[in-house]
Amino acid sequence: MLEIRNINKTFNPGTINEKKALIDVSITLNDGDFCTVIGGNGAGKSTIMNAVAGVWPLDSGMILVDGVDVSGLSEYQRAPYFGRVFQDPMTGTAGDMQIDENMALAARRGQRRTLRWGVTKKEREQYQEYLKDLDLGLEDRLTAKVGLLSGGQRQALTLIMATMKKPKVLLLDEHTAALDPKTASKVLAATDKVVEEHHLTTLMVTHNMRDAIAHGNRLIMMNEGRVALDISGEEKKKLTVEDLLHKFEELSGGNFANDRMLLSK
Amino acid sequence: MQAYFSSLNPVALWNAAPGGIAQGLIWGIMALGVYITFRVLKFADMTVDGSFSLGGAVAVMLILNGADPQIVLIASFFSGILSGCVTGILHTKLGIPDILAGILTQISLYSINLNIMGKANQAVPINSVRVFFTSNIRYLGQTLTLTLVVDVCIIAVIYWFLGTELGSSIRATGINPNMSRAQGIDTNKMKIIALMLGNGLVALSGGILSEYQGFADVKMGQGSIVIGLAAVIIGEVLAETLVGKRLNFIMRLSFTVIGAIIYYMVYVFVLWLKFPADDMKLLTAIVVAAFLAVPYLKERSNNSFSGLAKRNAKLQAESKNNGKEAE
Repeated sequence: MLEIRNINKTFNPGTINEKKALIDVSITLNDGDFCTVIGGNGAGKSTIMNAVAGVWPLDSGMILVDGVDVSGLSEYQRAPYFGRVFQDPMTGTAGDMQIDENMALAARRGQRRTLRWGVTKKEREQYQEYLKDLDLGLEDRLTAKVGLLSGGQRQALTLIMATMKKPKVLLLDEHTAALDPKTASKVLAATDKVVEEHHLTTLMVTHNMRDAIAHGNRLIMMNEGRVALDISGEEKKKLTVEDLLHKFEELSGGNFANDRMLLSK
Repeated sequence: MQAYFSSLNPVALWNAAPGGIAQGLIWGIMALGVYITFRVLKFADMTVDGSFSLGGAVAVMLILNGADPQIVLIASFFSGILSGCVTGILHTKLGIPDILAGILTQISLYSINLNIMGKANQAVPINSVRVFFTSNIRYLGQTLTLTLVVDVCIIAVIYWFLGTELGSSIRATGINPNMSRAQGIDTNKMKIIALMLGNGLVALSGGILSEYQGFADVKMGQGSIVIGLAAVIIGEVLAETLVGKRLNFIMRLSFTVIGAIIYYMVYVFVLWLKFPADDMKLLTAIVVAAFLAVPYLKERSNNSFSGLAKRNAKLQAESKNNGKEAE
């Protein structure tokens, strides 16, 4: 269970660039919730991700995972709780290392790094199985450098790495935004599968309204650093893109400032 | 001109060659340290100029105080670890940019080294103690074998270490710190460990070199970062030309040492050509600049704006000519 309790974050406080990115945001995800987060540019959707992952400290508020307050832990210290996939396919993997080495790094998330061998033979066989499930032809390329893979393959690999050691919460930060539509839908299908299989509590940021509606059991719309809309259950199932656009129009004062939201309808 | 050529003595070059190889093997240890910080961690570490002299100073002063000349090298190694740790803390805990953190440690080590030695240089009492790494012509064969063994051992240890969980984490930190933190790796700690290890090797190399040359000098490390880089880069260019795609990690490390040997063979050769010794640093800089520029220029020659402009102009001219012929 993830509980975000009254968190606040202001960037560049006291300067001309001051930006209140998160204002008193509270969200509680129950076990197994798959929550999508949408919003315009600067609405605070990616900021929420970074706040949960601990990229920087909060100004105030708490983040609890299964009742444990992690807001005082630095990014690497709270990594055991979270599996993360980023927007940029380059960010989630080490391009100059082999596929198996990348996976071995992820398999040891939350463990002390010792002087034992980095990847064992037994692990390699196990990784091969994981990659076979993915069906991207990577199972025979365990020793290939990740830098040789395509963006979609890298995102799929990052997804495996984020979930092979079951995280308390899976954080997906616009993880299909940099991919072409066909690859994006493949990666989303893989996401659904892995979330289903491991019964993962998931927070997925997207700018694609259709994806936000089609995936997960809950939807949150952010606007100017606040939660503007929180829909779940039956209500979410009935939701249409028109509803969301209407709501968005309402929030932005009838003024479609954000063409990206429109374009990705 | 005639007089110059007749003054060059091929026998002298032949006699100087083993010394060049020995120095190359000793500097190879230093280059392996630079490889860890510069290539694995991607950290341009300027500490090495100071930690190299530190290793020499510590070794010679301990020998002068009656310590065993072989044991003191361990002390040299640890003195380097300490200086790498300082740079690491300056960078990670105090937020000082990488190059500046290294320069600060380097400059403070200059004073520290002077304090350790009491003056600018100190000689090893070669008549009263027996050092294994000697440049004495009678034992040069032994020195060569010993340094080669040390190099091979160090390469093996680095290869093993970077393959462990800890070593993999250091490599990941150098390649992608964001990903590393997301996988629970304490990137600051990894940086400090790599800097410690790298500078430990640099100081060990400084200690061995001071035994080899028979003295330690506060300025012996000056410009050593450039020599280390020269070895790493010469090794890389050579390895990629000779081995190409089948290049594995152990070969990369070995070629770093070979790069150092080649550097010193060139050094010996240029000195043999009666090049003034004072100009050697200038020459080193030119060699490193050339080797750094080669991959870039090679890429540019295949893939540049001006190249495309020229090809297009040529095509246009050709089609014009064809047009005329058709008329």
